[in-house]
Amino acid sequence: MASLAEELRAAVGAANVLTAREACVAFECDGLTAYRHVPDVVVLPGNAAEVQAVMSICHRLRVPVVARGAGTGLSGGSLPVAGAVLLVLARLNQILELAPRRRLARVQPGVTNLSISKACAEHGLFYAPDPSSQIACSIGGNVAENSGGVHCLKYGITLHNILEIQIVTAAGEFLVLGSEMGEAPGYALTALLTGSEGMLGIIVEVTVKLLPRPESVELVVGAFDDIGACARVVGDIISAGIIPAGLEMMDGAAICAADAFAKCGYPTAAQALLLCEIDGGDADVTHQLERVMSIMREAGAVYLRVAADASEQLRMWSGRKAAFPAVGRLAPDYYCMDGTIPRRRLPEVLHRISGLSEEFALPIANVFHAGDGNLHPLIMFDAGKPDELRRAEECGNRILELCVAVGGTVTGEHGVGVEKLGPMCTQFGSGELEMFHAVKRAFDPHALLNPGKAVPTLARCADYGALRVHGGQMPFEHLPRF
Amino acid sequence: MERDATAELTARVQAAAAARTPLQLCGSGSKAFYGRPLRGEPLMLQDHTGVVDYDPQELVLTARAGTPLAHIEARLAECGQHLPFEPPHFGPAATLGGMIACGLAGPARASAGPVRDYVLGVRILTGAGQVLNFGGRVMKNVAGYDVTRLMVGALGTLGVLLEVSLKVLPRAPGQLTLTFALSGAQAIARMNDWARTPLPVTGTCWVDGRLYVRLQGSPAALAQARRIGGEELNAAEAFWTSVKEHTHPFFDGAGTLWRLTVPSASAVFDVPGRTLMEWTGAQRWLVPDAARADLHAHSVRAGGFATRFRDAEPSGEVFAALPAALMRVHHELKKTFDPYAILNLGRLYADL
Ligand SMILES: Cc1cc2nc3c(=O)[nH]c(=O)nc-3n(C[C@H](O)[C@H](O)[C@H](O)COP(=O)(O)OP(=O)(O)OC[C@H]3O[C@@H](n4cnc5c(N)ncnc54)[C@H](O)[C@@H]3O)c2cc1C
Repeated sequence: MASLAEELRAAVGAANVLTAREACVAFECDGLTAYRHVPDVVVLPGNAAEVQAVMSICHRLRVPVVARGAGTGLSGGSLPVAGAVLLVLARLNQILELAPRRRLARVQPGVTNLSISKACAEHGLFYAPDPSSQIACSIGGNVAENSGGVHCLKYGITLHNILEIQIVTAAGEFLVLGSEMGEAPGYALTALLTGSEGMLGIIVEVTVKLLPRPESVELVVGAFDDIGACARVVGDIISAGIIPAGLEMMDGAAICAADAFAKCGYPTAAQALLLCEIDGGDADVTHQLERVMSIMREAGAVYLRVAADASEQLRMWSGRKAAFPAVGRLAPDYYCMDGTIPRRRLPEVLHRISGLSEEFALPIANVFHAGDGNLHPLIMFDAGKPDELRRAEECGNRILELCVAVGGTVTGEHGVGVEKLGPMCTQFGSGELEMFHAVKRAFDPHALLNPGKAVPTLARCADYGALRVHGGQMPFEHLPRF
Repeated sequence: MERDATAELTARVQAAAAARTPLQLCGSGSKAFYGRPLRGEPLMLQDHTGVVDYDPQELVLTARAGTPLAHIEARLAECGQHLPFEPPHFGPAATLGGMIACGLAGPARASAGPVRDYVLGVRILTGAGQVLNFGGRVMKNVAGYDVTRLMVGALGTLGVLLEVSLKVLPRAPGQLTLTFALSGAQAIARMNDWARTPLPVTGTCWVDGRLYVRLQGSPAALAQARRIGGEELNAAEAFWTSVKEHTHPFFDGAGTLWRLTVPSASAVFDVPGRTLMEWTGAQRWLVPDAARADLHAHSVRAGGFATRFRDAEPSGEVFAALPAALMRVHHELKKTFDPYAILNLGRLYADL
């Protein structure tokens, strides 16, 4: 490591290479805190050229590299790997160009999600994807995870809102993918890199699309006695030809937790709550708002309220946006799942999740992007109690298997990381998994980028499958196998 | 109308792989003009048809790749839905597979986004004759690399598309087209100004000294939008179809049709010939007077790229050249999906 550290210091300056354990410990995990590993070397380059220099050194010495943005990921994507350099992109935090007339911004990867919308607000523009972590998470991390937010039903996920990305490959080569027009000759590599979890290249620049702020925004909140009835309203709204800007649902446990935390005035006796935001031109919004209200009324809403003004809208959203930390207060630990299902299966899947909650004797609160069928069951547990983390993980895997069984996926927006390597084996066959490994080799033949993440080895799947047969006897196993 | 030809197609590709026989993937042939000229045995895909799943409430449609686009659009229309990117057919029997492989979008591209944005999942047959599934039938899915979208615009060089799942959307309740007599430069300025406002513009086209703008929304929203002025166009549907399908008189006649994709506010190109602009100015069709004019250099200067879209006498590269490092990645991916180099070899670039 000594010569590696020296070379890295020469490339990015001594102050930007950390090797002391006390300094490195700050980077031992991302938002999935159950998994930790203190990195041996942390490098903080200051620009794209320095990233290229770091990658060239690591490539020559065959040292693996784990990229890290802000470390808010929820699947262990930026979890340090033994023997690897942790490449932190936080210092690349400049908005390089804000071009309101071209409706785009060119930014470095360490720029936070929210700061883009803040910077272009004065021009009446915004950057649409808004993960709840948007104050902290980086745009590079958003691209690497293909993150969503509460407004992606109408405005799309990260993929739909980026035009060009620039990457440095494992070998230290610089590539431009896409263009400011959002397309380029050749293969659709912007899409391939989006959601690639730091496995195919290091993102060093992103050109994002900026949209005009809608003329008018309304938020209606409806509550129901029956979670199935609430879930059906979601389909009814869409069947009426309305695509809300946001359509978010919470179950009884989440409503109470969120209201206690954010004091947002939710009807805490209800079994289910739906937040429906409609935006667009004044005339369209008024018309659609009436439709949504009547659909909710007909479905037996026990509570129905349109936020009176922007500040009430913010208050009503605050409960939903704070739902994770709010549930965090109900139990020492919680485990956030991220499966997506076809929307029509919502009532049934929710019912079966409550069955799993009983089976594992762990409370579960449900918060989700109902419009896109993306569930976030929050499994509450106490890692201090013997066996509870293992049970929570087992329960989580069962939920994800359920999502796959009804035609969905194990991850809608948080990524696979180290966390969902097992469940990936349920969703894909060996042919697909081998193809993923081959795609990785096309970019990174020496497997230097984020080794062991995102795609399970077939050996691991064999283990996972075999262990499942033995009825949940899976030993507690933190580290992925290479 | 419903037929699953997976088994036959798999056998064909496996045999071709074993014998290293190049294959030409053929849908209806509506877009056969697009890309570099091909050799190889035809692999007919038109008999692999049928809508497999469509639930309007899910906003997702899954169909076999040989299904006629017209059939899919009719099914969607029955439920008040559509393919928001308005794919050109370029022929009565255009298929879903060809639409994905070519990745072409119509006038709504500037507001609705490209084809890629609406593809949720694919089933493909690799060049090794393996049937694989990527993506799925749900709106959000980040499990595994996005191989699904890699197929869009790959011109069949990475796999035979067997089945595709698409995100679909409700159609707007109404539309209105307004026209303005403007020079090219004025039109570019006007289109870019509108794009910065919440005006519900879903199509722009400048041709023969007139700018056409299509607005979509509720009757009340359209009434409001009239404040931008202009004259109302009566046969608006027919106009936009003619632009999308290249049946507008602009596209008549011989010569090479170039497609330029450039930053939307780029100045008018001073190339002697005819121009039609779309997508807020980001897509420009040019028919240069000089038969062998090469527009690659022009578009590169503007920060974009050119495609030799249609050519009576095809010659030279169709798509803009790629930097060497990027081309290497393309070759590596080609080897990954088509190890024996048998699928539409050379349609996109030589040897790819
Ligand atoms: C409270 C909370 C709420 C959240 N809400 C949402 C939500 O609503 N929607 C949602 O989608 N996610 C959400 N997340 C998850 C997380 O914020 C996103 O995944 C985010 O995009 C991660 O960004 P980051 O900068 O923190 O990346 P990191 O966690 O640092 O990294 C994430 C992955 O990206 C890779 N990576 C990072 N930067 C680069 C780069 N420049 N080049 C290549 N690879 C890179 C890493 O290797 C890793 O695999 C939430 C997280 C928290 C803690």
